[in-house]
Amino acid sequence: MVADAYAAAFDVISGDVGVPAAVRALRRAAFDRFSALGFPTPKNEDWHYTSVAPIADQEFALLASRTGDIGRDDLAPFSFGVGAGDWHTIVFVNGRFAPELSDLRKLPAGVEVTDLATAWSAPDVAERIGSLASHESHAFTALNAAFAQDGAVVRIARNVEVGRPIHLLFVTDAAAARAMMHPRNLIIVERHATATVIETYASATDSTYFTNAVTEVTLGDGSSLRHYKIQREASRAYHVGTIEVEQARDSHYVSFSLATGAELSRTNVYTTLDGEGSGATLNGLYMLDGEQHCDHQTQIIHAQPNTFSRELYKGILDGRSHGVFNGKVYVRPIAQKTDGKQTNNTLLLSDTAHVDTKPQLEIFADDVKCTHGATVGQIDQAALFYLKSRGIANALARRLLTYAFAADVLETIEVDAVREGLERTTLERFV
Amino acid sequence: MSLLVIKDLKASVADKPILKGVTLTVETGSVHAIMGPNGSGKSTLAQVLAGNPAYEVTSGSVSYNGRDLLAMPPEERAQAGIFMAFQYPVEIPGVSNAYFLRAAYNEVRKARGEDEVDPLEFADLMDEKLELVDMDSSMLNRSVNTGFSGGEKKRNEILQMAVLEPKLGILDETDSGLDIDALRIVANGVNKLKRPNNATIVVTHYQRLLNYIVPDFVHVLVSGRIAKSGGKELALELEEKGYDWVTELAGASAS
Repeated sequence: MVADAYAAAFDVISGDVGVPAAVRALRRAAFDRFSALGFPTPKNEDWHYTSVAPIADQEFALLASRTGDIGRDDLAPFSFGVGAGDWHTIVFVNGRFAPELSDLRKLPAGVEVTDLATAWSAPDVAERIGSLASHESHAFTALNAAFAQDGAVVRIARNVEVGRPIHLLFVTDAAAARAMMHPRNLIIVERHATATVIETYASATDSTYFTNAVTEVTLGDGSSLRHYKIQREASRAYHVGTIEVEQARDSHYVSFSLATGAELSRTNVYTTLDGEGSGATLNGLYMLDGEQHCDHQTQIIHAQPNTFSRELYKGILDGRSHGVFNGKVYVRPIAQKTDGKQTNNTLLLSDTAHVDTKPQLEIFADDVKCTHGATVGQIDQAALFYLKSRGIANALARRLLTYAFAADVLETIEVDAVREGLERTTLERFV
Repeated sequence: MSLLVIKDLKASVADKPILKGVTLTVETGSVHAIMGPNGSGKSTLAQVLAGNPAYEVTSGSVSYNGRDLLAMPPEERAQAGIFMAFQYPVEIPGVSNAYFLRAAYNEVRKARGEDEVDPLEFADLMDEKLELVDMDSSMLNRSVNTGFSGGEKKRNEILQMAVLEPKLGILDETDSGLDIDALRIVANGVNKLKRPNNATIVVTHYQRLLNYIVPDFVHVLVSGRIAKSGGKELALELEEKGYDWVTELAGASAS
């Protein structure tokens, strides 16, 4: 029984007395909650288009100690071509902090990047875990809280502007086969601070494994964070990632979610605009083929007046893949003058790819401007003929038009190395 | 020698016959004008020669440089030296003009067994070609035809023609919608690309363009057939008498 396997794994982890009492209490509460909730089924409205049976029906082992054999060279494909020392990088191999691969020597004053297993000894860190991402109603968040062993803690002190990106790089190798990892990250950007955080999930293997990550982000007054999540897991892996954000007055959260890997993936990006003048820009691009299934659920809560949100998600689907987008926007009664725009566009490259798109606006204020739109289309035959009539071969013409479809959302990425890297990924994805 | 030999070509769009037996031979070094009223099949002929899959050839043959043109996909035709300037150039947001032009140029070079050029070499080539159509290099960084004015789109077509240096250029109503200044620039570009070993087919509704691109032969297409052929003076006669004149001629000969 899979449930017995989780219970057995929990017996092991709950016996770990080296962990602070607050974390042990959270683990216990979260595991009890997970046991009560169970994995979501398609009857659950939030999981209507995505069956997690492939995850729920298999046993994944919890890795008791640091594993893996990853060298610096193995990280090159996931480093966007930046040299050593260009970015601040914290690396995790098979879910555990790898100090010898990390590069945190040049962190400026006021910037802390630490591994959670060290950081949670501090009471204020332990208390923050779960303060935004509640395990009450989300089974995967509960599972993460019960089994989280490591992750990154990023804290930017007030008024500090971090120029170079901070890269949280989670990589797996063959030792992760049949294992589960539950990375838990905290990002705290204090008043008037700005930073760029790139969160990558990648693999040097083609094993089957299960990543279930949770990242909690707190943005102080007037702060801004660019947060790029790059999901390029192994092709037979399973990935669930949840990002929960709380934004104070005049803060700006810019999110980009790229998903190209995993057999089954689900990314949740949830933000609450809890301060006047705050805004969120949520963009994303998913590129799928074969039997891949990729689901994005976003949720923007406009909880205060004069808040704004902009959302553009694009999907490119080939083969028999299945893309799902569910974008929720809530406008609370107090949130007058809300300005929201949401768009989801899908390009189908085959007759057998499948898309479900579900925009959801729930508006309880009467003086707001909110729009949403969704399109589903195929390669434009007129454009294809135009390119071919100039001598461009069919395959390259299709690749160019596929790239062109994604170009406007890729252009929103403000870190040149990331944008150029993802542009290449897009050009090369469907060869 | 004969570059293009079209024999009794018939073609349909969405099962509707448009070309009903076109026969035409184009020699190297010559300029042929195809004129005709709306719906006569002028643009269809241009599209069929370029290989647009929306047009179905139902019978007849087209030999290009001794090859069976109709058996070649559009990209091979372009690589073999056929270029059609579109009446309505397609906008492709997200692909820069520079990338597009270089990709096309390299594909054509590869087909000729020549080395591909890198972005720097290509930039030098572009400086020269841009001058030909009086365009600023800033348009290379814009997406293909996206947000271009009508005149800019047509100039961009001639720019592509200048880069690809075709053996057979087909201008599909390149003059329509152009003011006289843009028309002069476009015509001047085309004239400068004229070589003894290439040929041009100018498809147009109006005689005006032929003041600038002087044809050796003029053919009048009516209801999918060439109703009358002649020298450049035929265009002037058409301008004076209108298409009704040839339409009546065609009607008389058919009955």
